[in-house]
Amino acid sequence: MKYITINNRKVPLEGEKNLLSVIRKAGIDLPTFCYHSELSTYGACRMCVVEDDRGKVFASCSEVPKEGMVIYTNTPKLQHHRKLILELLLASHCRDCTTCRANGTCELQKLATQLGVDRVRFENTKEIQPLDTSSNCVVIDPNKCILCGDCVRTCEEIQGVGVLNFAYRGSKMRVMPAFNKQMSETDCVGCGQCRVVCPTGAITIKSNVHSVWEAIADKNKRVVVQIAPAVRVAIGDKFGIPKGENSLGKLAAALRRMGFDEIYDTNFGADLTVMEESKELVERLESGENLPLFTSCCPGWINFCEKKFPQFRKNISTCRSPQQMFGALIKEEARMNKEDTRETIVVSIMPCTAKKDEIVRPEHFTDGVQDVDFVLTTTEVTRMIQEGGIDLSRMPSESLDMPFGLASGSAAIFGVTGGVTEAVLRKLINSNKIEDLEQISFCGVRGVEGVKECTVQLGEREVRIAIVNGLKSAEEILLKLEKGEVHYDFVEVMACKRGCIAGGGQPTPIGPRTKQARYDGMYNIDKAAQIKLSNENPIVQSLYEGILKGKEHKLLHNEH
Amino acid sequence: MERIDSRGKLQALQKDTKQIVDNSKCRILICAGTGCLAGGSGQIYEKICKMVENDPNVEVCFGPEIAHGDGPIEVKKSGCHGFCEMGPLVRIEPMGILYTKVSVDDCEAIYEQTIKKGEVLHHLLYKQDGVEYPKQEEIPFYKKQTRLVLENCGHIDAEHIEDAIAHGGYQALAKALFDMTPDEVVEEIYESNLRGRGGGGFQTGYKWKQVARQPEKIRYIVCNGDEGDPGAFMDRSIMEGDPHKMIEGMMIAAYAVGAQEGYVYVRAEYPLAINRLKKAIADATACGLLGDNILGTDFSFQLHINRGAGAFVCGEGSALTASIEGSRGMPRVKPPRTVEQGLFGKPTVLNNVETYANVPMIINKGAAWYKTIGPEKSPGTKAFALTGSVKNTGLIEVPMGTTLKEVIYDIGGGIKGDAKFKAVQIGGPSGGCLITPHLDINLDFDSLKKMGAMIGSGGLVVMDENTCMVEVARFFMNFTQNESCGKCVPCREGTKRMLEILERIVKGNGTLEDLDMLEELAQTISETALCGLGKSAALPVVSTLKLFRKEYEEHVVEKKCASHTCSALRKYAINPEVCKGCSKCARNCPVGAISGEIKKPFTINSSVCIKCGACESACPFGAVYIES
Repeated sequence: MKYITINNRKVPLEGEKNLLSVIRKAGIDLPTFCYHSELSTYGACRMCVVEDDRGKVFASCSEVPKEGMVIYTNTPKLQHHRKLILELLLASHCRDCTTCRANGTCELQKLATQLGVDRVRFENTKEIQPLDTSSNCVVIDPNKCILCGDCVRTCEEIQGVGVLNFAYRGSKMRVMPAFNKQMSETDCVGCGQCRVVCPTGAITIKSNVHSVWEAIADKNKRVVVQIAPAVRVAIGDKFGIPKGENSLGKLAAALRRMGFDEIYDTNFGADLTVMEESKELVERLESGENLPLFTSCCPGWINFCEKKFPQFRKNISTCRSPQQMFGALIKEEARMNKEDTRETIVVSIMPCTAKKDEIVRPEHFTDGVQDVDFVLTTTEVTRMIQEGGIDLSRMPSESLDMPFGLASGSAAIFGVTGGVTEAVLRKLINSNKIEDLEQISFCGVRGVEGVKECTVQLGEREVRIAIVNGLKSAEEILLKLEKGEVHYDFVEVMACKRGCIAGGGQPTPIGPRTKQARYDGMYNIDKAAQIKLSNENPIVQSLYEGILKGKEHKLLHNEH
Repeated sequence: MERIDSRGKLQALQKDTKQIVDNSKCRILICAGTGCLAGGSGQIYEKICKMVENDPNVEVCFGPEIAHGDGPIEVKKSGCHGFCEMGPLVRIEPMGILYTKVSVDDCEAIYEQTIKKGEVLHHLLYKQDGVEYPKQEEIPFYKKQTRLVLENCGHIDAEHIEDAIAHGGYQALAKALFDMTPDEVVEEIYESNLRGRGGGGFQTGYKWKQVARQPEKIRYIVCNGDEGDPGAFMDRSIMEGDPHKMIEGMMIAAYAVGAQEGYVYVRAEYPLAINRLKKAIADATACGLLGDNILGTDFSFQLHINRGAGAFVCGEGSALTASIEGSRGMPRVKPPRTVEQGLFGKPTVLNNVETYANVPMIINKGAAWYKTIGPEKSPGTKAFALTGSVKNTGLIEVPMGTTLKEVIYDIGGGIKGDAKFKAVQIGGPSGGCLITPHLDINLDFDSLKKMGAMIGSGGLVVMDENTCMVEVARFFMNFTQNESCGKCVPCREGTKRMLEILERIVKGNGTLEDLDMLEELAQTISETALCGLGKSAALPVVSTLKLFRKEYEEHVVEKKCASHTCSALRKYAINPEVCKGCSKCARNCPVGAISGEIKKPFTINSSVCIKCGACESACPFGAVYIES
């Protein structure tokens, strides 16, 4: 076995790509701003510098570990360098910490405490830049940017969108869209992954907290809230609840105490989506038109396809997303209920920033009325719970309201990549036998690879499926489809890596362990569900006989 | 022009063209380097051309050269002769006369008297210490040099490939292609100990070896012509004066490492170099010296020009390749190194202009010969751009290991106005200062490194006693700060803070703590910055602070600038014995700081004075002076 020596202790080398990974494996938390294992190595923050036995100082993120290396991670020289670098960063940073959105989650703040930076000897001479609030999803505050480039690389390397980049040189450098455009004028899809990786408050979620509090306080408004699948495994993050634990019951209790009138489950909407989407797939397989069928649950993906590959627009399912199906249904129900004179406000709690953009798309208005009024991300709801003086961990587990609080296990797994496909296959195979369910689970739909492929026998027909997460992977698949290099009948796309559990609105930081816990949490919910198939949801069945009758198209589909 | 598709044809062409050159009765070489062009050499060229053209006894030979009688008179636009201080320059062959500071009005005399009658025009000759130098080679500035890389610069027409071929161009390429295997070429360069002239001094042959042994077969040759150091113009002069030598070097490199394509990255501020290179590449392509099956062999090579966009940082290897690829020019972390994954992710040989220009002579004359020039560990010659307070500014070439004293006093002719030598800044914004005790050190990679300085690309800025070293440090820091790409924190933020402090000091607002802070910042920047430029960004400050700490202290403690360079620290006064009380100073003072009674000495209220110097220039009696 090969070893290197870190701080006088031998540490084995196990094929790590860089020295930083070896150091972290050894339990030393070397600080970084610009290193992410999923992104290319950028090497700009210089916080991860180490010293070798000859006194040479170098960054560990970009150093290949070589057998016999002797390095130190915490010499007085290194401490001095790190502190000074941090001091330099702080000096050019807007230091309104107490009123900053990232207060408490800011990496810069955390490191300043950790490294004991107790003074800043330089004046902030940076010109104050205006905020870019043009996007429906995120707000960019250049004054808080430390130019680590994490957002730039995420947008380009993971999402293949590339709307953010560096402009200007030296101390005038800024992260912004090219040609001084506003975010709303770019191809930004709203996925919010830039915000997930941003270590400071430079990219934050566009907040609707205030408007929702106002709606709740208004006695003439009936505020209905729906909770998306991936929210329940992340909402506990900031309340000391174990990562990935299902906190839906506690969340329902908290939302009631905050004053929401009715609390429902977006999973119910997801069950409707399964019904409609599987029907559409069968129809398209029969007609052979517009194959492959692309899923339509993810608004980041829809934006991406429309902006970068409009030629594939016709392949996108006409089904609305679960959020929009749910919103349309509630508003329709309200229109029919003449007894209640209050105005119905639909609020969605979503793991996603792009959902904020989805609700204002023109097709999501019925007779001039918006189907979903506000989207709150998990992060915003976390804040609202805190503002409401509620400790989520001490909440009792309460049930959601009926009838739209009941959903199947198929709907629960919408929050992970492959979940939609698995749910649709369950519906099409239409069996709740354990063996059949397991066969679907193991056919290749699960896993976190960027692109998964599987084929499933449906009657006479072999259905070719691709499951994609991360828009860069989507771009690759679309290019291959265009060239005729691959052929599929059904393609599921989730804009964010691993699906909604790591969405742009989820509480951060989202490290590998958190991601895994949330991923497992989603499948655990399915495991515990008595109803496995969407079509076995009794409420869904009754709706098709009731309010949805003859209105499936109006309420559940979009005309592209 | 006929395609040169065999070695035989190349040799025949060389013979023919050389004969034309040898037979020419007279060659008039008008320097068309950027400096002389700015001095009006373009008009001189046109005027002489016209005069010769209108002569009925003249017939045109290749290019714009003019044949005259039994042998042709050639009028040529040459590259930089190097003696920029004395430009515009006109050299007349075969007599070897160098006319200096020529103006358009001198053309007639040159043509009528020198060309037609062989008479020397004394008023155009260079004179030093009362001695007149009719022959260029006798002028001390040239006599003490060893011009190998710059051999043809100023002696050939840079815009015509025939002239390059006449002077032995592409013979080394032919030798490599026909007499040597690629491995032998690599070995020869390795053996020669040729070290990169771009600053780092990395061994060129070793670089080539590494590229040659990469498994990836697509490889690139890249030439770094992004010479951005203030005051440096060695590479520009080669590109302008002898572009084919550099192209030939790149081709030999391509053959050696198995590359098929090359890029020359030239900074956009060098339009003339770009035009001459374009012409050179077009000419070489037209006659088959570039392209497919060069000289009838299997070797093919395409060469492209890539214009930089004016960023100093693009001289750094990985930023340069990123820029060619169309990305933002920012250095990246290594590994992978350029030799493994350089341009477009392929193995890449990246050398600078001067390095490639060294290659043909090594192939022609052998590594053993090359090693006889200069010290064994860094052999060969080095071109320097000699600028600043030296009498003979210009482009020089000396063997490695020449002492600073020889360069400044023997070649440079000493300090301008016979002031006292103070320091020389070597290596541009990444380099350091050398002072009087260093005058005897040898200019080579290793000796300078020991002194905490570096050769850099070869800029030598000479400074006399009237220079403020704090201001020098501020100047270079301003440059570095402006040119920082902004990627890594120490360089982006650290240089900004160092500049702020230096600006404070020259304005008289510095403190002793500021000096400590400069050192603190410098150390962190040097040790933690991402790229070579960042790591060396603080060197000018470190070096001046070490050698001239007293001067810094005077600035911050006594608020005094001994050389009176820092205007904010000047203290103007009126000598009462000289002042006639005319009130002119008071009337010119924009802030009303001067008062007095007519016909009695005036006085300056220094608390109001803004040190603009208007009084000093207004005083007809020289009564206003700066207190020391």
